[in-house]
Amino acid sequence: MDRLRLQSKPPSNDDFTTLPLYRSAPSFEVRLEDFELYAIDRLRVLKAISDGLSRGKKPEEMDKLVFDLWKANMRHPLASEVINKDIISHFVLRLVYCRTEDLRKWFLSMETALFRYRFQREAAEVQKALMAELDLPYKAVRTAEFESIKDKLGQVARSLGQSLPTAGDIIYKVPFEEVPELVAGRRVFIHKGHAYVAKNQVVSLVATRFRSLLSKALILTNRKWTSTIREDEKDRLTPIVEALCTSYLGPDYSQSKEFAEISIKDIDQVAKSSFPLCMRHLFEKLREDHHLKHGGRMQLGLFLKGVGLNLDDALTFWKAEFSRKVGSERFDKEYAYSIRHNYGREGKRTDYTPYSCQKIISSTPGVGDHHGCPYRHFSEENLRAALFRMGVNGSAVEDVMEKVRNRHYQLACTLTFEAIHGSTYDVGVNHPNQYFTDSQKIQKAKGHSSA
Amino acid sequence: MAREEVENARDDMIIDGQMKGNGAFSNDFNPNLLKLYYGKLFPHADLFKWMSYGNDGKHPACDKSYFGRREFSFTLDNDIYVRFQSFYTLSELENSIKDKCPFKIDIGPVYSVDPAKRHAYAQSNDKVFTPVERELVFDIDITDYDDIRYCCSGADVCLDCWPLMTVAIKVVDTALRDDFGFNHILWVYSGRRGVHCWVCDAKARRLNNEQRAAIADYFRVYQGNENSNKKISLSGPVLHPFLARSYSEVLRDFFETKLLPCQQLFSDEERYEKILEMIPDESVTSELRGKWHSNKRSSNLKEDINCVRWEQLKHSLQSGKQKAQGLRRCVEEIVFSFTYPRLDMEVSKHMNHLLKAPFCIHPKTGRVCVPIDPIHCDEFDPTTVPTLSELFEELNRGGHKIDGIDEWDRTSLGESIRFFRSSFLQPLLKSCKEEMESSYTAKQRLANNSLSW
Ligand SMILES: [Zn+2]
Repeated sequence: MDRLRLQSKPPSNDDFTTLPLYRSAPSFEVRLEDFELYAIDRLRVLKAISDGLSRGKKPEEMDKLVFDLWKANMRHPLASEVINKDIISHFVLRLVYCRTEDLRKWFLSMETALFRYRFQREAAEVQKALMAELDLPYKAVRTAEFESIKDKLGQVARSLGQSLPTAGDIIYKVPFEEVPELVAGRRVFIHKGHAYVAKNQVVSLVATRFRSLLSKALILTNRKWTSTIREDEKDRLTPIVEALCTSYLGPDYSQSKEFAEISIKDIDQVAKSSFPLCMRHLFEKLREDHHLKHGGRMQLGLFLKGVGLNLDDALTFWKAEFSRKVGSERFDKEYAYSIRHNYGREGKRTDYTPYSCQKIISSTPGVGDHHGCPYRHFSEENLRAALFRMGVNGSAVEDVMEKVRNRHYQLACTLTFEAIHGSTYDVGVNHPNQYFTDSQKIQKAKGHSSA
Repeated sequence: MAREEVENARDDMIIDGQMKGNGAFSNDFNPNLLKLYYGKLFPHADLFKWMSYGNDGKHPACDKSYFGRREFSFTLDNDIYVRFQSFYTLSELENSIKDKCPFKIDIGPVYSVDPAKRHAYAQSNDKVFTPVERELVFDIDITDYDDIRYCCSGADVCLDCWPLMTVAIKVVDTALRDDFGFNHILWVYSGRRGVHCWVCDAKARRLNNEQRAAIADYFRVYQGNENSNKKISLSGPVLHPFLARSYSEVLRDFFETKLLPCQQLFSDEERYEKILEMIPDESVTSELRGKWHSNKRSSNLKEDINCVRWEQLKHSLQSGKQKAQGLRRCVEEIVFSFTYPRLDMEVSKHMNHLLKAPFCIHPKTGRVCVPIDPIHCDEFDPTTVPTLSELFEELNRGGHKIDGIDEWDRTSLGESIRFFRSSFLQPLLKSCKEEMESSYTAKQRLANNSLSW
């Protein structure tokens, strides 16, 4: 077994300290029902992490959340079984989530987040051992080098509002490619291709490596699943994996099921009545400017696909707008390709799925961009104005703004939904296409729908 | 991952003005001259050498399939866009260019398999069609600065706004070399309204999308989108060393000595209001507004009104009573808003974005996409870049072809090609060779060791 057992554990959080790297599949015997139960318990943890992240929880909040979740779901009456449950549940979920690009991506992010928070709670010697195990043989910089870059390190620390490094601090010098998230956030000093990583940032280095190993492993699992496992295990594991898939994964909204088709003539009206603010904004901007930049085209285009706009209509729709700005020849040449691509007719021929709230919230729109989540990315005045145009007013606006201030963007969107439709919406908004579908249901029930 | 790689068509190609059909070329461009250009002047061999990265040599470590897995895309005369072209040899590349006479040549990534045969691999599971190498590229476009330049808009560019590009080159080039440690960097004029950058170090070519995105984000300071007030937000008590260096070595000086007077940033109410909007303190803004409103003409006519007002603004924000750190930061935020490079992030983040090849001719301006020397980028003047028709005038003036001398050497293109070779191509190929040698030796050693076992 490829895992780490260390004798020196702090007594308080026993079941949290043995952190496996899941480098090879479990070889011991497991009861079949445990397969499923363990996997469901782990899935609860991962789903809650996903929720926490999409609500923009702060790192400290996430740390506590993950710790509590783990305690609540991953315990086992037999102390010796705890590590087995951890490993088995991970490998079962690998099978469940290896099968499409989107599933892999989700699993990868959540498992990495889980690993990250567990790693941070480990003692220094455990962390060191894990680094060695992950083949990250970096040494701390020597005193002379430290002195030569001390000022720069101090500048970075102060830019982050952290205390200044001192000569005793451990600073690792690693190729900048190993710590992309620290580079992206300008949270390290970078010189001649090397990033200087402080001890409390090592988790980023380790998590990046963990994720890249898991990413490769998932591709392999997928291959093994299609070539052998599915068939070999058809009486045992396969039904469990498939059941887990259907009962615990939300719909991906890649095809609109209930409102199979929406036609171009209805689109303006439907946009007014049932698009969430993010899509409504993009839609109106497109009508106004006859152009959207890449991020906006992707976010709105895939949403419309999910809503049920078929490829031909999508081409007509986008062309009608863009050609007014750039001419129809230019449209055919530069843009038609990517629309067909979204519908899986070009390139890798993957059918791309509409963006979830989490993806939209974490996007980073720049100058000239209109995509993203308005609750997160608009200034307060612009958001108020936009809500007003949607017909939200009075105290409802203040309720929405309150959620925004606490960075509960999806809750803010849920409140908007409730205000507009005049009904409660307990499930909450997780996906723009879910917002649309549920809005249409309500409109239909009220009897003045047109779609 | 696949979802990230959706789009190859470039956003800016669109805003690039409408293609008006063949009747509307500038005087400096026409398809017949373009054909002659590809026949006589275009440096096919240099492009091939570059894109081969030493794999066209005789060394046993050469990857013979390397160049053939590179995607080229042509935009043809009749607006047809042909993607996924590949070539195995210099003469294949050269003949195809001469034959098809593309208005634009785009260069894509090196794929795992020959991109022209990608469909053959679409079904098989073990050899996936995916990009494996790609230069780290940057695209900076003057149209993205329209909210801060008053001299031109859209695709137009003049000597009052072009220095914004120069500043972008300085900031990005320094960071690529000093921070990221890259050495083989090529800057190219896009032919009309911007610049492209190609980072060609082996390490850069092998970055994955996440690492590319990280570099792009390292350069990002624009937080706001079109719907938020502040376009720039610099947080923290001090700036990150990269931003601090960019500010003190390039941006501040450029803003104060060049941009302020050239763009007349404080000359009227509409303009200065745009700057006052960035100051979150009512008392400061109303004080300044009062001063500027009543006193339209500066008392001292010798002094530029923009510089005077900027000094007043700085004084208000940095004087003793405005201790609040946020306000001091405002001065920097204003300077960054007006001068900091605005990169097209999408281009840099993904391996499979296409970028126009150097030495193409821009069909709107007829100008050659010539390399820009980052060390002397201040001297670069886009309005004097040779056009297609100028090149042929030079060629005609120069009399008959002389044996042993390349035709381009008798035109003003000569200087650009010589610069391309001596400053970029030769050092690049030298390091490719060294790297090939050392990786080969290492492999040999490994093989020998295992034999002796
Ligand atoms: Zn200008």
